Amino acid sequence: MVEHALTGVDPLENQIAQWRSYLQRRAAIRPQDVAELEDHLRGEVAALRDGGLSDDEAFLVAVKRMGALDAISNEFAREHSDRLWKQLVMARSDGAPGDRAPLEMVVVFALAMMAAIAIKLPALFGLEWGEKHAPFYARNASLFVLPFLAGYFAWKRVLGQRAWMGLAAGFAAAAIIANLYPFEARSSTLILAVLHLPIALWLLVGIAYAGGRWRQGEGRMDFVRFSGELAIYYALIALGGGVLVAITIGMFQAIGVSAEKLLEQWLPCAMVGAVIVGAWLVEAKQGVIENMAPVLTRLFTPLFAVALLAFLGTMAWTGRGIDIERNALIAFDLLLVLVLGLLLYSISAREREAPPGAFDRLLVLLLASALVADTFALAAIAARISAFGFTPNRVAALGFNIILFVNLAWSAVLYVRFLRGRKAFARLERWQTAYLPVFPAWAAFVVIVFPLVFGFR
Amino acid sequence: MEINKDLVAASATSLILAIIAEGDSYGYAILKRVSDLSGGQLQWTDGMLYPVLHRLERQGHIEGAWGASETGRKRKYYRITGPGRAQLAEQRQQWQTVDAALRNIWRAVTPIASSQVAHG
Repeated sequence: MVEHALTGVDPLENQIAQWRSYLQRRAAIRPQDVAELEDHLRGEVAALRDGGLSDDEAFLVAVKRMGALDAISNEFAREHSDRLWKQLVMARSDGAPGDRAPLEMVVVFALAMMAAIAIKLPALFGLEWGEKHAPFYARNASLFVLPFLAGYFAWKRVLGQRAWMGLAAGFAAAAIIANLYPFEARSSTLILAVLHLPIALWLLVGIAYAGGRWRQGEGRMDFVRFSGELAIYYALIALGGGVLVAITIGMFQAIGVSAEKLLEQWLPCAMVGAVIVGAWLVEAKQGVIENMAPVLTRLFTPLFAVALLAFLGTMAWTGRGIDIERNALIAFDLLLVLVLGLLLYSISAREREAPPGAFDRLLVLLLASALVADTFALAAIAARISAFGFTPNRVAALGFNIILFVNLAWSAVLYVRFLRGRKAFARLERWQTAYLPVFPAWAAFVVIVFPLVFGFR
Repeated sequence: MEINKDLVAASATSLILAIIAEGDSYGYAILKRVSDLSGGQLQWTDGMLYPVLHRLERQGHIEGAWGASETGRKRKYYRITGPGRAQLAEQRQQWQTVDAALRNIWRAVTPIASSQVAHG
């Protein structure tokens, strides 16, 4: 009672709140079940207190009588097995007052429509979608969709005016550079700019997504999770869209009408709209459906480790060096990106406090073999550059490779320290989240500085 | 005395249906009634009552509705339905048959059982 008077919070209420939050984490137990069980707990506690027990004792006994949470949860799951198939619940009926779920659907739909209109708009000014104006669309690809995506999160996280202005300024600057730089047709710097602009602008989406938490590691890690889930969702939507298009074309063919041309014209609208809808789905299903990216990571980490070891083993056995062709370095860049992705999603899904396990050792093995393979590739490309000189492509690929190499090498060091029990796992996580902005920064550098240095060739 | 788990489970639906048939009730009160009826011998793990209630609700034997407790908190009350009463009548017959059979055999074996206990 004294404590109550001092803190203003009833310790019993506190304990009940904690117990409630444990229950809420169970997938099979719904909010209304929690309310029912809580009513029961309170009844039991009240009866025990009347019997002369203190608050603490009454709570402990009541919780004990309620039974083990796992067992109760299992019983609920048996009765409500449908709940384990976590359905996508769009409009939560038990939402808190001020819930913006219905409004959000409208906003998402409006933004998807705006993106679709944005990509159709240039056609009105004689820039039809197609081969002829492909360079225009390639330069602006990310600008047709990412501003709307960033806008969605800026709206959802209720960002302040300064943040809105900052985002708008960033996208405006990107639009100016993409369209006013005098690139030579089909020049390397143009292609590099097209490839790197989305990566640079993804930072703006991230800042909007984190909504003020961008400076915190957790906010960035959430954005990494979001990015992975969005990629998976987008792939699924694209797959479904492909089936829809194929069946539609087939149906119209049956009545002798060709729908192919028309659908092709509207395809870009679907492509940009799907990004916004995908982002919304990821937001809506957070915690409703198991995250897929970590599951795929678990599945593919061992397979990639085996593939890499086989590659290194074959190289050692046959004594073949890496034959640097045009695309070899890009292939190794992609390999490192993939390893980084596997690492990131393993980190994002890992219990921080868990002790090192077999999967951690496997990840270190993967990191080490990727680094060894990349070292060979770097040596080969260095030789080629010293022999044939710098080109925009080589510098871009080399720069990116070095950035990835540094990230993964230090990650491997931190991971080994963690395995030896010398450092906490959180250090590795902090390293990754701190490093994240380096990628968009490098991408922006390639977009802005490369054309100037290499004379837009 | 610990009552066998299967026996507890088998009797649970009949007890719950009968208690709700007495009058609309809610989880905690139902458990309390079970405890009173059995002189405290029949103890369920409290949390396990609710999945059973939900099953009976799904099967249409009882109906749940949210109301308020004396203190104004949300509370879910259950009442029995027509099919629930029919189910209860049927279960009652089944239990009575089992009970009658057991009674008959108890009469025959009880002396032996108690003499065994005395010797053991």
